[in-house]
Amino acid sequence: MIIDHPLCGPRDAREFTVLGDAAWMDRPDPAAPDAAEAFHAYACLRANPAGVTRELWWHEHGDRSWLVVTRDTLSHAVLKVELAEDVARASKAAR
Amino acid sequence: MRLSALTLLREAFSPERTPVWRTPEPKPAYRVIIVGGGGHGLATAYYLAKEFGVTDVAVVEKGWLGSGNVGRNTTIIRSNYLLDGNIPFYEHSMKLWEGLEQDFNYNAMVSQRGVLNLCHSDAQRDAYARRGNAMRLHGVDAELLDADGVRAMAPFLNFDDARFPIKGGLLQKRGGTARHDAVAWGYARGADLRGVDLIQNAEVTGFLREGGRIAGVQTTRGAIRAGRTGVAVAGNTSRVMAMAGFDRLPIESHVLQAFVSEGLKPIIPGVITYGAGHFYISQSDKGGLVFGGDIDGYASYAQRGGLPVLEDVVEAGMALMPMIGRAKLLRSWGGIMDMSMDGSPIIDRTPAEGLYLNAGWCYGGFKATPASGWHFAHLIAKDAPHPVAAAYRLDRFRTGRTIDEKGMGPWPNLH
Repeated sequence: MIIDHPLCGPRDAREFTVLGDAAWMDRPDPAAPDAAEAFHAYACLRANPAGVTRELWWHEHGDRSWLVVTRDTLSHAVLKVELAEDVARASKAAR
Repeated sequence: MRLSALTLLREAFSPERTPVWRTPEPKPAYRVIIVGGGGHGLATAYYLAKEFGVTDVAVVEKGWLGSGNVGRNTTIIRSNYLLDGNIPFYEHSMKLWEGLEQDFNYNAMVSQRGVLNLCHSDAQRDAYARRGNAMRLHGVDAELLDADGVRAMAPFLNFDDARFPIKGGLLQKRGGTARHDAVAWGYARGADLRGVDLIQNAEVTGFLREGGRIAGVQTTRGAIRAGRTGVAVAGNTSRVMAMAGFDRLPIESHVLQAFVSEGLKPIIPGVITYGAGHFYISQSDKGGLVFGGDIDGYASYAQRGGLPVLEDVVEAGMALMPMIGRAKLLRSWGGIMDMSMDGSPIIDRTPAEGLYLNAGWCYGGFKATPASGWHFAHLIAKDAPHPVAAAYRLDRFRTGRTIDEKGMGPWPNLH
């Protein structure tokens, strides 16, 4: 699997470790009244789609950046690679 | 027909082959429907009929019986667990394995050739001593071997490796292997003989609802109603349960690869696992070395993995037993594991009335097949879990009662 890194170009997936679902970037508000429920869902429940999914990958043996990789779990095709900080900034701006 | 040496002889000289099970048309309604005709689903149907007297049962399978993970594993059976929630369950499974062939009158080639976990440091030996003691406290056999004890069993190992010398091992003599396909066939035949309808090529496309409850399934071979519906579909759990309205579960699907070499003369005495990397190996009765290691690490439904894991696995194999370097790799395959958030399974009712879930087997599904079927059958027949499987609750991640053997936390790709 080749990850087309936005800064480093196409890199072998072996240079990366996978954290998991990119939903981990959206941490619930710990002060909200439903925080316990929200953190349970955040930590332990997954959509687990058969098809397109978004995951956090870490370029451990490279520039050590965090990436959001959009992949197809049925074909292993990599559809889109973004810097996680760009994604976080965009979602903050949207809020 | 009861199978024996005589029937084997008669069938061998008969020009016609007798089908082992019927291929019935689905009836409009059953008391119980099991979704998934794999090891766990077939075992559930078998024990429902045999132990709990529920014979009005259908198993609906989207492909052919045993076409999923029960045909894509490394055939290991063992009960060498550490935690209270797990040991009695897996030991129940081990006991069912020990009587399985007599019970369902089919040769599943259960072979208690021993499972040996190697340790490579003092700390690891302490951890194995603790695990062995936990097992023995639950009445499970466990034996701590020193390096000489291991040497007597497996003299071909790389004992004096500079980085990871072999210090000893934890041996479960009652562990071993079984013929994976025959397990599925034996359960299928046993269920069929007791009146269970095995419906193949019937993919579930939705659930029937009646008020708030689940009242059966919609399949590619029509709607089938049922009083109770059990789902045992391993890596496809999230896909099937989404049709019932459960769009988020404590499960992530991952691919686990396994490998087999060309057939060789007997050399590996039992199942051997490496303690300094993820590698386990046994030798099939046909002579092939069957081995595997870690999952690939990314979510997958593809039933095939990548080469980096193959490299990792064979590197570990070469570090442990350099003699296998000349063996040719014959085949590899990938199965989709329903990795749970604590590495332990789920056998529970769901919030939807009439719907029961059996999932989250991670890489431990094969050895659990008999007990998984037995306890899922108990749950469905009595609408209550048996005490031995009562810890496998769907809501344990909310309540904090997780059963995390490795202490990894909610990271499905690390279990």
